[in-house]
Amino acid sequence: MTDSPTIFEDSRVRLAPGVMLRHDRARDEWMLLAPERVLVLDDTALAVVRATTPRDAGTVGEAITRLAAEYDAPRADIAADVLEMLNDLLAKGYVVP
Amino acid sequence: MTCLLPRATHADTLAPPFAVLAELTHRCPLRCPYCSNPLALDPASREMDTASWKRVLDQAADAGMLQVHFSGGEPCVRKDLEELVAHATDVGLYTNLITSAVLMDEDRLIRLRDAGLQHVQISLQDTEAEGADRIGGFKGGHARKLAVAEMVTRAGLALTINAVLHRHNIGRVDAFIDLALDLNAGRIEIANVQYYGWGLVNRAALLPSHEQLIAMDTAVRARLPDLKGRIVVDYVVPDYYARRPKACMGGWARRFMNVTPSGRVLPCHAAETIPGMDFETVHERTLSEIWRDGPAFVRYRGTHWMPKPCRDCDQNEVDWGGCRCQALALAGDADAADPVCEKSSAHAAVAALRDADAAALDTPFRYRGSPAE
Ligand code: SF4
Ligand code: SF4
Repeated sequence: MTDSPTIFEDSRVRLAPGVMLRHDRARDEWMLLAPERVLVLDDTALAVVRATTPRDAGTVGEAITRLAAEYDAPRADIAADVLEMLNDLLAKGYVVP
Repeated sequence: MTCLLPRATHADTLAPPFAVLAELTHRCPLRCPYCSNPLALDPASREMDTASWKRVLDQAADAGMLQVHFSGGEPCVRKDLEELVAHATDVGLYTNLITSAVLMDEDRLIRLRDAGLQHVQISLQDTEAEGADRIGGFKGGHARKLAVAEMVTRAGLALTINAVLHRHNIGRVDAFIDLALDLNAGRIEIANVQYYGWGLVNRAALLPSHEQLIAMDTAVRARLPDLKGRIVVDYVVPDYYARRPKACMGGWARRFMNVTPSGRVLPCHAAETIPGMDFETVHERTLSEIWRDGPAFVRYRGTHWMPKPCRDCDQNEVDWGGCRCQALALAGDADAADPVCEKSSAHAAVAALRDADAAALDTPFRYRGSPAE
């Protein structure tokens, strides 16, 4: 058995093939649309997806630094939240390293 | 049976549907003995034209749906597939293509991608050609599917492998998973045959034994931890050996709408097997209207219709009483609790039926589209 893939601060992530970030007007929510699935994003999840997945987002660590500045929060707290969320999104197939 | 239900059940709290299953055609070059299409297939002459399907897509978006699944039969037999994918994308729908892949080529796949297609699901009948082509009744089909699966990921599209399991291939579930990984699929559906439509006709030729099922279940569960983060696994446990039913389609008329080739609007693709139902067509009313209060949709939506034991059961908003088509097929009554449930009075009879069919080892297939003996 091999170790499951994991996202670290030096990883780069992007949305998995077939995953789209979209605002749905009918429900007034942001969501990830994926093969036969939908994930509704709360404000935090939306901020993480926007900060880490665009092509020019850099590494996850760089995104964490930007988020910490933007939200004026301790970097370690932001780092823990972001890594937990990204690894959860990875396990569910919404992002890939 | 006439429908005397109030026309506006839950009208104010009703959530919009999530997706529409657009069955563009019943035509298909394959002849799988478990095909989910009805026994009475719509001929090409009854299929809706491009303009009508575009209207359906407009209405799906208006109704708040997020995704469209282009399916069939084999949707690639429609020459207007590219045009319909482009239209669905224009109106903001996420587009899935559910295909047997045998008619696809690289040029067409690229055209579909450029039209906005996001995701291709390819069904495999087995992990090696001989068994797969025997089930599909189409020589060369398996090799073609593998080639197209590679084109899909090469084109940057999401790929799902749909592994349909039954007596003849259930022992190769590990090989199915390995194949999906080799093909770089983002997702695998490990789906045991559902026994309605052609599957019901062929139950005695397909149903696995209890031992086969336990071995498969053990194998899948052993693989799951290692697959995390590599491939999304949708695993559907076969009903016939379960003690509780599944919420079929996420509950009757809760998530999906199904439009048949000729434009009939169904809550699930097997709903036409239920007698006395009043199905509307897209030629009469819009999808939003039908979703809100179409008689076939309100009939089994929620819990208002439930007899005992479901009525008093604390699971009735979890599984919504199971599958109506299965209740009909197994208990002879679409209004009954799904007999897969051990609280159903028909449960013991189902177990007996199942064991008899699972033991009928030399039953031949009746291929889709072939007449009864
Ligand atoms: S199940 Fe088989 S026969 Fe039916 S539509 Fe799919 S590929 Fe064709
Ligand atoms: S009695 Fe009805 S609601 Fe309760 S578990 Fe069985 S099928 Fe589900």
